[in-house]
Amino acid sequence: MARKSPEVNAGSMADIAFLLLIFFLVTTTIETDSGINRKLPPMEELIDPPVIKERNIFTVVVNKNNMILVEEKLMDLSEVRSAAVKFLDNGGGVGEEACEYCEGDKDRSSSDNPEKAIISLKNDRETDYKVYISVQNELVAAYNQLRDREFLKLYPNERMSFVEANKKYSDPRTSVKVKADLKPKLDVIKKMFPQKLSEAEPNKS
Amino acid sequence: MSKFKKKKGGDLPAISTASLPDIVFMLLFFFMVATVMRDNTLMVTNKLPAADQVQKLDKKDRVIYIYAGKPSSRYQSKYGDQPKIQLNDKFSVISDVGAYVLAERATKREELQNVLTTALKVDGETNMGLISDIKQELRKVNALKINYTTRIGDYTQNK
Repeated sequence: MARKSPEVNAGSMADIAFLLLIFFLVTTTIETDSGINRKLPPMEELIDPPVIKERNIFTVVVNKNNMILVEEKLMDLSEVRSAAVKFLDNGGGVGEEACEYCEGDKDRSSSDNPEKAIISLKNDRETDYKVYISVQNELVAAYNQLRDREFLKLYPNERMSFVEANKKYSDPRTSVKVKADLKPKLDVIKKMFPQKLSEAEPNKS
Repeated sequence: MSKFKKKKGGDLPAISTASLPDIVFMLLFFFMVATVMRDNTLMVTNKLPAADQVQKLDKKDRVIYIYAGKPSSRYQSKYGDQPKIQLNDKFSVISDVGAYVLAERATKREELQNVLTTALKVDGETNMGLISDIKQELRKVNALKINYTTRIGDYTQNK
């Protein structure tokens, strides 16, 4: 008869596991980075740059003292968003260029319609990055505000805003069916308020 | 002889700790799976600016990271306190950015090479000149999708 082998003491197993657990606890960073997505213009210059009317351009300049000039007027960062919304939503065009869904002032000296409206962001080489990001953030917020409004107006049954819908669309957990349903709706809104934000090369100083 | 004999003695049996390792292992596996090891040691200060209109970054394997900022205090004696670019584990100059992006792109799987995003993790105190130079380099190598990585928060925190 085989001799009964002595049982291995498993009492220290918990200690070992705890040690490993604490190691992984400390090294874990459950981080998902987030930020403002941008697309850079390709390098090749357009041979024939399209002519853009002055009233369709909304110039934002951040100078080296981190002061913000919007359409040549000094402005506080907190006012940038509403100024951008006012410009984008103006819809001053007539005839073919009219904008049916705009709720702005229909001022002839401001943008014709959101599709034509371009925001041009210019900075100095000595501008602080954080100020630049704040301005970018406010301009994106202006677009999002208008997109939210139109999304709620057109698709009240979705019971969410454009930003939420966009987040849901890019969430990998969302089913294919829901995505296919959301995509055309998002595209419609994106076409109504296309994000035309140009980042000019900075001034040499 | 009764089958259902009452146990003698009323003292409580000791709670078995035999399942303790199992519980701990379960937690262990969770954290092992959830862990993302930091692959770069930061050599620059990296206080990201705050923004609230943010979108989530793509999956890790589709992102190329570029760090920039002032060198951390222990590197300042050697590298000075002017903002610098950090690629992988070393300080670099502007002209290296293009080559770095191309090299990183080559290591990614072929089907991902067209959908790569370049994440700029830049300290808030950096001057825009450096960032513009990086953007120019990225345009040269046709890496046009960029992401200004930020903290989530209100812009008033950027004071």
